[in-house]
Amino acid sequence: MRSSALWRLKPYLRPHYGRLVLMTVVAGAGLGAATLVPLVVKALIDGPVARGERSGIWLLALAALGLGLFESVAAFLRRYTSGNLAIGLETSLRSDLYAHLQRQPVAFHDGWQSGQLLSRALTDVKVIRRFFGFGLVFLVVNLFTFAVVLVLMVRLEPLLAGITALSAVPLLALSRRFEREYLAVSRQVQDRHGDLATLVEESALGIRVIKAFGRRRLMGRRFGDQARLLYESSIRQVRLRARFWALIDMIPNLTMAAVLLFGGLAVGRGALSLGGLVAFVALLVLLVWPIESLGEILAMAEEATSAAERVFEVLDTEPGIRDRPGAVVLAEARGRIRFEGVGFSYGSGAPVLRGIDLDLAPGETLALVGMTGAGKTTLASLVPRLQDVSEGRVTLDGHDVRDLTLASLRSHVGMAFEDPILFSASVRENLLLGAPHAGDDDIEAALATAQAGFVHRLPWGLHTRVGEQGLSLSGGQRQRLALARALVTRPRVLVLDDPLSALDVHTEALVERGLRRELEGITTLLVVHRPSTLALADRVAFLQDGRIAAVGTHSELLERVPAYRDVLSREVEELAS
Amino acid sequence: MSSPGPGPGAGGGATAPALDAWRGVAAESAEELPPGLRSFLRGRSRALLSSLLAPHRGPFLVGSSLVVAETAAKLAGPFLVQLGIDRGIPPLLRGEGATPLLAIVAAFLSVVLARGLLEYLFLTVSGRIGEDVLLDLRHRLFDHFQRLSLSFHERYTSGRVISRLTSDVEAISELLGSGLLTVTTGVLSFVGIATVLVVLDPFLGAVTLAVFPAVIALTVWFRRRAEVVYRETREAVALVIIHFVESLGGMRAVQAFRREPRNQDIFDHVNGRYARANLRANRLGAVFGPGVSGIGRATVALVLLVGAHRVVAGDMTVGVLTAFLLYTRRFFEPMQDLSQFYNLFQAAVAALEKLSGVLEERPEVAEPLTSVERGAGSAVTPPATVRSSGHEVRLEAVRFAYRHDEVLHGLDLIVPAGQTVALVGATGAGKSTVARLIGRFYDPTAGRVLLDGVDLRDLGDEALRSRVVTVTQESHLFSGTVADNILLGRPDASRPEMEEAARLIGADRFLVSLPDGYDTQVRTRGARLSAGERQLVAFARAFLADPGVLVLDEATSSLDLPSERLVQRALRVLLADRTAVIIAHRLSTVEIADRVLVLVDGRIVEDGRPRDLLGAGGHYHALHRAWADSLV
Repeated sequence: MRSSALWRLKPYLRPHYGRLVLMTVVAGAGLGAATLVPLVVKALIDGPVARGERSGIWLLALAALGLGLFESVAAFLRRYTSGNLAIGLETSLRSDLYAHLQRQPVAFHDGWQSGQLLSRALTDVKVIRRFFGFGLVFLVVNLFTFAVVLVLMVRLEPLLAGITALSAVPLLALSRRFEREYLAVSRQVQDRHGDLATLVEESALGIRVIKAFGRRRLMGRRFGDQARLLYESSIRQVRLRARFWALIDMIPNLTMAAVLLFGGLAVGRGALSLGGLVAFVALLVLLVWPIESLGEILAMAEEATSAAERVFEVLDTEPGIRDRPGAVVLAEARGRIRFEGVGFSYGSGAPVLRGIDLDLAPGETLALVGMTGAGKTTLASLVPRLQDVSEGRVTLDGHDVRDLTLASLRSHVGMAFEDPILFSASVRENLLLGAPHAGDDDIEAALATAQAGFVHRLPWGLHTRVGEQGLSLSGGQRQRLALARALVTRPRVLVLDDPLSALDVHTEALVERGLRRELEGITTLLVVHRPSTLALADRVAFLQDGRIAAVGTHSELLERVPAYRDVLSREVEELAS
Repeated sequence: MSSPGPGPGAGGGATAPALDAWRGVAAESAEELPPGLRSFLRGRSRALLSSLLAPHRGPFLVGSSLVVAETAAKLAGPFLVQLGIDRGIPPLLRGEGATPLLAIVAAFLSVVLARGLLEYLFLTVSGRIGEDVLLDLRHRLFDHFQRLSLSFHERYTSGRVISRLTSDVEAISELLGSGLLTVTTGVLSFVGIATVLVVLDPFLGAVTLAVFPAVIALTVWFRRRAEVVYRETREAVALVIIHFVESLGGMRAVQAFRREPRNQDIFDHVNGRYARANLRANRLGAVFGPGVSGIGRATVALVLLVGAHRVVAGDMTVGVLTAFLLYTRRFFEPMQDLSQFYNLFQAAVAALEKLSGVLEERPEVAEPLTSVERGAGSAVTPPATVRSSGHEVRLEAVRFAYRHDEVLHGLDLIVPAGQTVALVGATGAGKSTVARLIGRFYDPTAGRVLLDGVDLRDLGDEALRSRVVTVTQESHLFSGTVADNILLGRPDASRPEMEEAARLIGADRFLVSLPDGYDTQVRTRGARLSAGERQLVAFARAFLADPGVLVLDEATSSLDLPSERLVQRALRVLLADRTAVIIAHRLSTVEIADRVLVLVDGRIVEDGRPRDLLGAGGHYHALHRAWADSLV
C-alpha cells in the first residue's frame, strides 16, 4: 500500500516506455554476458589447464575479453538510458508541482511554510530521480542476476545451489524489517530538514527584528534545538543503516563459507570437478554486489516512497479557487460590482464577514473604512477571487465572479496592496505584469500618476533590475511602483488596499491628485486608513466586526455615525493645543 | 534571464584585484576567477574542513583503525577460499579426511563474523562523526549569519542565506554521509588488494597492476570534464531555487496580475537548464563507470590468459588463480564508485568555498572584544520595580555614506535623557539613517554615536539591545503564537506582563477576538494578521522590551487612526521618562514630541519645540500645513 505513492508516478514514466524497454533489454544482455564469464573460467580450468594444453587458453581468454567488453557497452547504454529517463521524469514532475503551486490560492501559501514547499520541489523530487535513475534499474537487474545465476548454479551442483537459494530467506526477512523501520526514520529526517529550513528562512527574513531586539542568542537557541532534533533522528538513521548493512554483508560471505565446505566435500567425493567449484565460487561472486547493494537500494526505495508521498501531499491539494467547468470568458466589462449576502470565514473559524450587501455602480469609487481587523482587506480580496466567499456571492456585471474564468476576471480587476511585491526583473517588466502589451505612453502615464518618476533616475532607468536579486527600493518607492503597475493594466475595476501608507504627506497628496483624474470611469474599491484618501471616494462603507454598519458619503457618516467619527476624525483639540 | 536589462551588479567589472578583494563572499558572484584565487579558495576551504574535523580526532582514529581492520577481514575472504581449494581439497582427494578443510572453513566463518561486527562499529562511528560535524557547522553558520551586520544581509539577500544554510550544508552532509565512506574503504581495499596480489604471485600481480595507468588516464579525463559539468548543475539548481522562492513568496501579486504563465515559462526555462546540465553529467558518468569496469573485465581476461599459462607451467596453483579472479573483480569496484563520489566531492568543495567565504566575512557592525556591560551613566543598576530611565544619546560629527552617496555630513546632535525627539523632512533627507545609526544597524563612516557618553561600538550587544530598541514599518512576525512574538521583546517576561504590554498599546482589543486569543498561530510571516495588527504586535513587543531608548522609524504608518491614537496615548505615558527618536510622515505622531528636528539633505535646519517651530513659519510650518490639509 505504501509503495502506492511511487506507483502513482506511473504517468510520468509513460513518455519513457521505449527507454524502459531498451533499458531492460540491454540490462538482460549485459547480465547474460557477465554470467557466461564464470562458465568460461570453468571450461578453462577443466579443459586446457587440467589437460595441460596451452593452445586452448588463448581462445577462452579471448572469449572472456569479448564478453567483458560487451558487458561494459551494455552497462553504458543502460546507465545512459536510465539516467535520461530519470532526469526527464524529475523535470516534468517538478514543473507540474510548480504549476500546481501557482494554482493554489493565497490562503494555501499563507498556511504552508515555503521551506517545506521548496524541500519538496527540490530534495524530494531529486530523491525520486535517484531512485528511478539507479535504484529501480539495479533492483530489477539484481533480481534478474539472482534468478539467472541460480539457474546456472543448479545445473552445476544442485546442493550448493540450494544452499545459495536458502540465503535469500534471511535476506528477505531482514529487508522487510528494515524497510518498515527505515521508512519511519527517513520520513522524520526529511520533515525535520524542512522545519529547520523554515527556521532558517524566517531568521533570514526577520533579521531586522532579531537585531533590533538583540535576540541573536534566542534565535540561536531555537535553531540549536531544531538542529539537535534533526541530529538525533539522523543518528537513528545512521545506526539503523549500520546494523542493516553489516547484517546484509554477512549473508553472501556466510554462503561462501558453506559453498567452500560442501563444495570441497563434493569435490572430494568426486561429485564436482575442481573447475566446477571455481566456477561456482565465481558465480557466487556475481551475487555479492547485488546482495550488498540491496540495503542501499531498499533505502533508496524507502526514501523515494516517502518523498513521493510528500510530493503528492501537495499535488493532492485541490486548488480551492479555480475555473469552474463551463466558466465564462467576460470579454468586456462595464464594472458593476455587487456583493450579495456575502459571508466569509477561514476554514471553520468564526466568520470574518457576515451578510455584506454592497452595490458599486460602474465608475464609482467606494471607500472601505473600519478598525484594524474589521475585514476590509478580506472583503477587497473577494473581488479578484484571491479568496472565495463562504456565503452569498460577488458579481461583476451580474456574473457571479466564480462563473467567470480567472484569467478574464483578473484581467478586468487591477490591484495594489499595502505590501507591494516586486519580482526580480526589470522595472519595466514589473510594470507590465498585468498588461504585457501596454505601450511606453501607458507606462509613462501610470508612472506620472503614481509619482514614480524616480525610476528614470535609477542606474539603468526602466531596465534596472529590482526585487530580491536586484536593486532594493524603499517601501514608499515600491508602493508607488506597485500602484503604477495596477494603473498600467487600465482595469475596469481597481482594488486598492491602503496602497499609499508608506508615502510622505507631500507625495501622497500628489498621488491622490493624479488618482482622482485616473479613477474616473474605473470602479474602485478603496481600503482606507486615512481621512486624506477619502477625498477620492464617492461613497464610504463603514465596516464593524465584519458587518456593514453604515454606507453614505463621508460627511453624512461623520454626522450620523459616532463610531465612524471615532475611527476617522482626528482629535482636533489635541492638534490645536 | 528574466530581465532584459543589466542587473545592478553588472557594472562593477573588477580588473585583476588583489587577493584581499576576494575575501569573504566576493568570489561567489565572480564569473571567472583569477589564477591565483583557486588555490586561495582551496586553502580557505581546507582550513574550514580541518577546523570542523579537529575536535573529532579521537573518534576519527577509532574509525580509521576499524575500517583498516574491516578491510583486512574483507580481503581475507578470497585468500581463505584459495587456501580451501589448494590445502583443504587435496587431503580429501587423497582420502586423508576433512580436517584441514573444516579448519579453513571455521577460520572463514570467524572472519565473516568479525567483519560484520567491525563494519557495524565503523559505520556507526563514522556516521556519528559526520552528524557531529554537520551539527557544528550548522551552529557556526547560523550564529555567524546572525552576527553579520544588516548591511551584509541587505547586500547578500535572504535567498542566499537560506541556500547556504540548506543546500550547501546538505552537500557537505552527503559527502560525509556516503562519499567519504566510499572513498576511504575504496582506497584501503585498493591498496590491500594490490599488496595481496603481489604477495600471492608477483608475476601475475605485476601484470594486473600494469593495467592501472589506463584507469588513471580515464580518471584524469573524467575529473577534468566533471569539474565543468557539475559546476553547471549547481549553478542551474541555484537559479531554480531563487525563482521558486521568490515567485511563491509573492503569490498574491502573481495571481492578481496573472503572472502564472510567465512564471511557468521562467521556471521551465531554469528547470530545463538544470535538466540539461544533469543530462551532461549523466552521460559523463555513463562513460566513466562502465569504462572503468570495461578495463576491469579486460584485466580478468588477461589474468585468465597469463594465469592459465602459469598453472599449466606449474608456477601457480588453481586456488591462486581463483583468488586472483576474486580479487580482480573487487579491485575495480571502488573505482566505479569514484564517479559518484567525485560528484559529491565537487559539490562539497563548492559549498565549502562559499561557506568558508561567509565565515570569513567580518561584521561591519561588530561587537566589541571587551564590552562595557553597563551604560557609563548608570553606575547603579536600577531596581527591577522602577522603570529604566532614559539615556542620553549624542551624535558627534557623524558622517555616513551608503556606497558612495554621503547622506550625513558631520551631524552633531544631543538628545538628553528622557527627551522625545521627532525627525521630520522629505524622503531621502537622512531621517532613517539617523535612526539606524542610533539603533546601531550601521556604524558611522566618521564621527561617533554615544549612549550616556559610551561609544555604541564599545557596548556589548546585550547591553546595547536592552537599552535601545527600534520599531520599523516592516514588522516581521515569526511563525508561532502571538504571545511568542510579543515575548520576543523580553523572553523572560511573565504572561501577565506580556498581556499588559499588549493592553497598553491597545493590541488586546483585536487579540482577544482571535480564535485562540494570544495563543493564535500567526502562520507564515504573520499572514493570519493584517498589516496594522502586525504593527500593533510589533509595538507590544517593543514595549515589553522596556528599553531606555526607543527609536520609531515610520512605525505607525500602517495603523488606522484609532489604533494610532491608542498607540500615541500609550507613547505619551511610556515615553515620559525615556529617550525616544521618532520618525513619521504623519505629523500627528510628531505632536507628542518635546522637540522637532527638521532635516534637509542630512543637515538640521530647524530645531525647537513643535509649537515654537509652528509659529516660526519655516519648513516645519509648511509641512504641518500640508498635513493638516490632508485631514479633510
